Amino acid sequence: MAAVLESLLREEVSVAAAVRWIARSAQSSEDDPGEVAALSSLRPLRKEFVPFLLNFLREQSSRVLPQGPPTPAKAPGSSAALPGRPGGPPRGGRGARSQLFPPTESSSAAAAEAPSARGGRRRGPGPGRERGGRGPGGLEEGVGGESQPWAGGRRPRGSGSPGSPSLARCDPPNLSNLEEFPPVGSVPPGPAGTKPSRRINPTPVSEERSLSKPKTCFTSPPINCVPSSQPSVLDTSPWGHGLPPGCRSLQEEREMLRKERSKQLQQSPTPTCPTSESGSPLPSRTGNLTAEPADPARVSSRQRLELIALIYSSCIAENLVPNLFLELFFVLQLLTARRMVTTKDSDLEPTPGAPDSLESPLFQSVHDCVFFAVQVLEHQFQVLSYLDKGTLKLLAENERLLCFSPALQGRLRAAYEGSVAKVSLAMPPSAQAVSFQPETDNRANFSSDRAFHTFKKQRDVFFEVLREWEDRHEEPGWDFEKGLGSRIRAMMGQLSAACSHSHFVRLFQKQLLQMCQSPGGPGGTVLGEAPDVLSMLGADKLGRLRRLQERLVAPQSSGGPCPPPTFPGCQGFFRDFILSASSFQFNQHLMDSLSLKIRELNSLALPQPEPSDEDGESDVDWQGERRQFAMVLLSLRLLAKFLGFVAFLPYRGPEPPPTRELQDSILALRSQVPPALDVRALLQQGLRARRAVLTVPWLVEFLSLADHIVPLLDYYRSVFTVLLHLHRSLVLSKESEGEMCFLNKLLLLAVLGWLFQIPTVPEDLFFLEEGQLDALEVDTVASDHGLDGMPVVDQHLLYTCCPYIGELRKLLASWVSGSSGRSGGFVRKITPTTTTTGLGAQPPRATQGLQAQLAQAFFHNQPPSLRRTVEFVAERIGSNCVKHIKATLVADLVRQAESLLQEQLLTQGQDGGDPAQLLEILCSQLCPHGAQALTRGREFCQKKSPGAIRALLPEETPAAVLSSAENIAVGLATEKACAWLSANITALIRREVKAAVSRTLRAQGPEAAARGERRGCSRACEHHAPLPSHLISEIKDVLSLAVGPRDPEEGVSPDHLEQLLGQLGQTLQCRQFLCPPAEQHLAKCSVDLASLLVADHIPVLGPPAPRGLERGQARRLLHVLLSLWKDDFQVPVPLQLLLSPRNVGLLADTRPREWDLLLFLLRELVEKGLMGRTEIEACLGSLRDAQWPKDFSEELATLFHLFLAEPHMPEPQLRACELVQTNRGTVVAQS
Amino acid sequence: MILTKVQYDEIAQCLVSVPPTRQSLRKLKQRFPSQSQATLLSIFSQEYQKHIKRTHAKHHTSEAIESYYQRYLNGVGRNGAAPVLLELANEVDYAPSLMARIILERFLQEHEETPPSKSVINSMLRDPSQIPDGVLANQVYQCIVNDCCYGPLVDCIKHAIGHEHEVLLRDMLLEKNLSFLDEDQLRAKGYDKTPDFILQVPVAVEGHIIHWIESKASFGDECSHHAYLHDQFWSYWNRIRSRLSVFGDKVGPFEGKY
Repeated sequence: MAAVLESLLREEVSVAAAVRWIARSAQSSEDDPGEVAALSSLRPLRKEFVPFLLNFLREQSSRVLPQGPPTPAKAPGSSAALPGRPGGPPRGGRGARSQLFPPTESSSAAAAEAPSARGGRRRGPGPGRERGGRGPGGLEEGVGGESQPWAGGRRPRGSGSPGSPSLARCDPPNLSNLEEFPPVGSVPPGPAGTKPSRRINPTPVSEERSLSKPKTCFTSPPINCVPSSQPSVLDTSPWGHGLPPGCRSLQEEREMLRKERSKQLQQSPTPTCPTSESGSPLPSRTGNLTAEPADPARVSSRQRLELIALIYSSCIAENLVPNLFLELFFVLQLLTARRMVTTKDSDLEPTPGAPDSLESPLFQSVHDCVFFAVQVLEHQFQVLSYLDKGTLKLLAENERLLCFSPALQGRLRAAYEGSVAKVSLAMPPSAQAVSFQPETDNRANFSSDRAFHTFKKQRDVFFEVLREWEDRHEEPGWDFEKGLGSRIRAMMGQLSAACSHSHFVRLFQKQLLQMCQSPGGPGGTVLGEAPDVLSMLGADKLGRLRRLQERLVAPQSSGGPCPPPTFPGCQGFFRDFILSASSFQFNQHLMDSLSLKIRELNSLALPQPEPSDEDGESDVDWQGERRQFAMVLLSLRLLAKFLGFVAFLPYRGPEPPPTRELQDSILALRSQVPPALDVRALLQQGLRARRAVLTVPWLVEFLSLADHIVPLLDYYRSVFTVLLHLHRSLVLSKESEGEMCFLNKLLLLAVLGWLFQIPTVPEDLFFLEEGQLDALEVDTVASDHGLDGMPVVDQHLLYTCCPYIGELRKLLASWVSGSSGRSGGFVRKITPTTTTTGLGAQPPRATQGLQAQLAQAFFHNQPPSLRRTVEFVAERIGSNCVKHIKATLVADLVRQAESLLQEQLLTQGQDGGDPAQLLEILCSQLCPHGAQALTRGREFCQKKSPGAIRALLPEETPAAVLSSAENIAVGLATEKACAWLSANITALIRREVKAAVSRTLRAQGPEAAARGERRGCSRACEHHAPLPSHLISEIKDVLSLAVGPRDPEEGVSPDHLEQLLGQLGQTLQCRQFLCPPAEQHLAKCSVDLASLLVADHIPVLGPPAPRGLERGQARRLLHVLLSLWKDDFQVPVPLQLLLSPRNVGLLADTRPREWDLLLFLLRELVEKGLMGRTEIEACLGSLRDAQWPKDFSEELATLFHLFLAEPHMPEPQLRACELVQTNRGTVVAQS
Repeated sequence: MILTKVQYDEIAQCLVSVPPTRQSLRKLKQRFPSQSQATLLSIFSQEYQKHIKRTHAKHHTSEAIESYYQRYLNGVGRNGAAPVLLELANEVDYAPSLMARIILERFLQEHEETPPSKSVINSMLRDPSQIPDGVLANQVYQCIVNDCCYGPLVDCIKHAIGHEHEVLLRDMLLEKNLSFLDEDQLRAKGYDKTPDFILQVPVAVEGHIIHWIESKASFGDECSHHAYLHDQFWSYWNRIRSRLSVFGDKVGPFEGKY
């Protein structure tokens, strides 16, 4: 494995190729053959690369992260790993961090293949994955954590190992290294240096290293190894070292640290920490070591870090790591590393000359860690940008990040400013009892009076038990079993009939849902937990908080990024109830009932609103859909968790079976037990219907409570395989149509990642199953758009389902608290100013709360349908209200805007000025009117809601209930509508006005002016005129015939021509089907036709041979055309084309040339006012410029003279005809 | 009227390397007297466009352009009134309008200092009178009026047909009292891609539920059907999110349904 990393570092293999290699067994065509060769020899190790890389990073960082929040491992179960533990670095805890995945057997093959990279590799003893809740087992890797098992210890420099030439190099002194050349009284450069007082000198604790002496260097002792004071027996003992020595050493260490510090303080006359706030004398979780400033200039072997960061990021991006958030947590730990655990004179000497070797430690200083972390964070920006606002703020405010990558900081800051993902920690509502359910709880549903009354009593007992638990469970020394156990069992004993059991189970389940999954709030997941103080407080308060915290007896409950499954808050009651009742019948009924409910909710058709519907109003509806999804999802998770708990309860034990034989026999036994719920089928259904986002989260809850054997059973193993496959396929960077939404993916990755870290899930599962993945193709291609493609998950739901993601924020917050004394960061808290005109006089908060409680109480005693009705009405009326405001108020304002704009345009001339400026002026005038929206909205809701409620509730509803329901509906609808309106009305008005402005300005454009008024067809028109397309096609045919080439027998009949022009007239009068482009073409074609007529170019059909039209016919047709041009065309007719050189040129070809028709046409044009004389004269004048045959030019000149000779006054038509007659004679004579 | 695939294929068979002229269309009409001229022209146009798409590139190599231009110059040098350009186009099996464009472009390159812009060329093709050379103007005009598959006139006819069908469709919807939103209304509501009409209340036609109607005035052969599916229909489907049905079957001229 190290060989792979080495070849990457030596740039023999590109990162992309390596990631492809890891991700897929098959080689892809893009791979460079050299790379393929380099990697193919390592093929057997492919699977191990990722665990190796992760372990490698953990080991490398072990010196940096000795304290602070615990390791990004499963759970900090053991006391040594607890974050709040004061004092020096707990050795055991550190060890726990370093080996996330134990080396596996086949890695010996790697050792053989890459001898240069590895010396004596230390085997991880036993099944040594550190895990929470395993007691001392968590410490098993203890001492080994300090060492670098892959590197074979630190070889003596220059010992000339032939396999690794880099080691033989003599390194020049690294002047930029902090350890070797500490700054003397100087302020470290860089932004971090602006707070020089934070820097304190390292506390050398030489003895410390003795404990963690590299145990692997049996062949050659490391040169810097300080003689060990501890017996080396510890190293070889199978459990690293036992707990007692670990604790003892911890004590010793702490003592030594303290001594060393006081010695130092005495020596140096100037205290390094002048500010009292950070200078807490007592060691604490975060404050015992002040953070060392990190400086980008002091990063050693940048290139190597960059490369490894890139590989690491690529593995994260490809979902090759089991848990995305665990890796992020680790990276943030690196980012917030306080300081290096210093070794006296450093076996960590930097080796700048050998940056591409794995021999030298990866992280030689805090600078390296921070640099690496920032590199990885840059690659993971997309994920970061989806985190909650608080985390983004802390990240963006992190001065190390700013210092190392201002660009990333800028992006984070932008993301913070754009983020609306405020995850609040809503306080859980008080638990309420399930009300009497008339439809199921009535007498008719019980076998006998006795059973009915028994159930009544049981109900009372149950709630009594529940109340007692509520009151007392937080008292110290109170025990569930002792306090309530006998009462519960007595009650269960009375449940004799099967039917009574089902009644009780229904009550139990309802109560469970009601208490632990409250709408809107995070429900049971934080219920009962102490509110997360770190996240709630601003950074400025954290300094004070820290001191307070030190006095607290118990450290803040912080489950780390991978807590084991727990039953927080009220859930604990139900778990303990089940345990105490220990009734087989009850459990069976409960399982049946839970399975049924899960199936029901899982297949619930969640409405899918149109995402493409115009932004505004659909938002209102969308919120509701999202809430409903969240409700269903949270209910499912809760039910599935309890189902898993009950179903696997008989098999649960603290430890996996000790021997293989025992395990096999258990497997054989268990494999024939049918699963409590066919989760595999449900999962496959979910994937097929693209509802994974609903199915997988609850399935994960179910599986998280499985016992150790479950993942080995064939049935569940296949479930895990599908989940693994899904996990790999959820590549976050892939975004295309049909892909899952980003936050949906993130939720699935988070829950799956968490599942893979559960103690009962075998550690090798994630990496071993990989090979089988390719074979298993889940058919996710579905025709329908499933839930997966809908943005159903928001940050609130994400954090509710995966509270451990919040650990990222806590980690960052604790960094801020550690470097206290600074201001609250760049983002100032701005107290929201409430407008008095807003929602009007709001009742004080307390009253509001009381009102809400009253409403809750009201609904509680009414049938559930009443509540649904009221909520539905409020929802719809609220949404309608927004639409109504948009159609009335906003539309009015837009009309006002239009008329204002018209005025503006009139006063300022056509252009009217800059459109943007115009818009600003209009908006400033109109937006204030938006305030009316709220009053109008309230009126609307007030008016509409009661009617709807009355129509929907039964006639017999009592008047008081009805009026209460109406009032609540009005209130809810108003609240909903006003909330939306007050947030969006200005933007809405602005947008609509903007659209209106651009519409108006477009309408003012030159194009529009030319369009002018258009006439439609007459009222009597029946639209039977020929279609324009048909006419254009017909005329085109005539034109093509006339222009040729044509066959001898081809031609047009005069009647056809006449008919065609008649049709043209009809079409132009009907106009039903006419569009402007068609009319323009018709106009142009008619002009072409006229030119052909004038030039006698139309071949006429009929015996004998084709010939020209008769003059009279031609003239008649021209008349028709003239009147069409004059009366029927509504587009400008390009009449000047009649005198274009091309059309006049047609005459040149005819023999004998006949000019009379042209002259006739020109006169008619003038007479009908279609063309002005001057216009014609200009055309004729320009005609003379063209090149013509000599005789043609002369004739043209004559025509010109003749036309000019005409009297200017329009004359009667008869007269004109006569004139033409005579003129015609002249022209013919001249030719 | 529904045209079977067999019939369509039979017609298409007759259209292999036939110039897109009036004469060809006349022959086609004689061969298939039962089909309307519009249908035949539509199929002709569709098939010819496919042909041009396949061969377009080879006519646009600089060698080809140069040789065409020289042939044109020689031809008009001999006789300017002869249909030189049209015959050249038919000879090399290329659409006359497109050939006219090639020669015009080449001509303008030679005679103007700056290379001609597309809009100038389009404008000259629409109105050949603007072409500075009289002979070329006539040649170009001849090509355009004789081309029944390409050119500004054909484009206009197609556009007009599209518009007419939309109007017809609207009338029919109004007549049947079906409430609908038309393209303009849809656009005003913010839809980015719109079919011609969305029915506010879906109807069933021949057992299919119809939510929206897009009228395609051209002939619905398989190839173009797929292309439309790809370009338009799926995007409507994604937006309107309901069962789609197209007026007109996979094979069948659109106007036949009326």
